[in-house]
Amino acid sequence: MDKDTAIAIASIITAGLTTGIGCMFPALSEGKSVATALSSIAQQPDAAPTITRTLFVGLAMIESTAIYCFVVSMILIFANPFWNHLIAK
Amino acid sequence: MKMTPDQTVFWSHGFMTVNLTLVTTWTIMLFMVLGAKLITRNLKSNNKISRWQCVLEMIVTSINEQISDVGLPKPELYIGFIGTLFLFVAMCNFWIILPWYQPPTGSLSTTTALALCVFLSVPYFGIQKSGIGGYLKTYIQPTFIMLPFNIISELSRTLALAVRLFGNIMSGVMIVGILLSITPLFIPIVMKALGLLTGMVQAYIFSILATVYITAAVQESVKKDKKIKQKLTTN
Repeated sequence: MDKDTAIAIASIITAGLTTGIGCMFPALSEGKSVATALSSIAQQPDAAPTITRTLFVGLAMIESTAIYCFVVSMILIFANPFWNHLIAK
Repeated sequence: MKMTPDQTVFWSHGFMTVNLTLVTTWTIMLFMVLGAKLITRNLKSNNKISRWQCVLEMIVTSINEQISDVGLPKPELYIGFIGTLFLFVAMCNFWIILPWYQPPTGSLSTTTALALCVFLSVPYFGIQKSGIGGYLKTYIQPTFIMLPFNIISELSRTLALAVRLFGNIMSGVMIVGILLSITPLFIPIVMKALGLLTGMVQAYIFSILATVYITAAVQESVKKDKKIKQKLTTN
C-alpha cells in the first residue's frame, strides 16, 4: 500500500466515522432536550415563550457540536490538507 | 465541487480579490440601506401610516421585545448592533429562494467577520456601561481562579459563533448540491425549504447569542442599579 492510498483510506474512513458518531450523540441529546421542553410547556403553557427561546439557544449549542464534526469531515473529503500536500509534491 | 462562494473569483490584483461573497454581501447591504432609506423618507406619526412603515415598525418592535426578554434593559441602545446583525444574516439566508444564489454566510470569511464584530462589541458595550474597571471585573467573577477560563470561553465562543453559522448554511447548500446529482426532481426543493428554516433559525440564534454575551458583560452594573433601586424603595 503506497502513501496516497493510505491517506485516502484513512481520510474516507475517518470522515464517515466523524459524521456518524458526531451526529448520533447530538441527536440523542437534542431529542432529550426537546422532550423535556415539551413536557414543561404542557405543564406550564404560560411560560412557553421563555422555554422556547431557551430551547432554541440550547439546541443551537448542541447542534454546533454536530456541525463541527460535519465541517471536519467536509474538510477531510473536499479540502484535505494532507492529500493536497501529496498531490502538490 | 465548490464549497464556498469564496472560490468564485471575478477579479484579483495582488492581495485584493473580488469574489462572489463580496459581491453578494455588498448587493444585500445596498438593498437593505436603500430600502430602509426609501421607507423612512417620509415617516408619519398619525394613525395613517404607510404599509412599509408598519412593517418596519413591527420588525423594530419585535426585536426590541426579544432583546429586553433576554435581560438587557434599554434595548434602544443595542438594537443598532443586534438588529443589524439579525437582519443582515436573515437577508443573506432568505435569498436562497432565488436560483443560482449562493448565501455569503456559507463562507467562513463572512461569518468570521460577523463573529469578530460580536467579539469586539462585548467589551465596547461593557466598558460603555460600567467603565473599564467594572468590565475587567467580570473576568474574575465569581473568583480569581476563573480568569483563564473566562478568557478561553471568550475566544472559543467567538470561534463557535463563526463555525456554527458557516456550517449550518454550508451544509444546506452542500446537501442541495449532492441531491441535485442523485435525485434532481422535487427532492432538492424540500431540502431548500428546510435550508430556509435553518437559515432563519440560525439568524435568530446568532443575534440572541450576541445579546446573551453583551448581557453578561453589562449585567454587573445592571445588578448594581437594581440593588440601588431596591434600597431606595425600601427606604
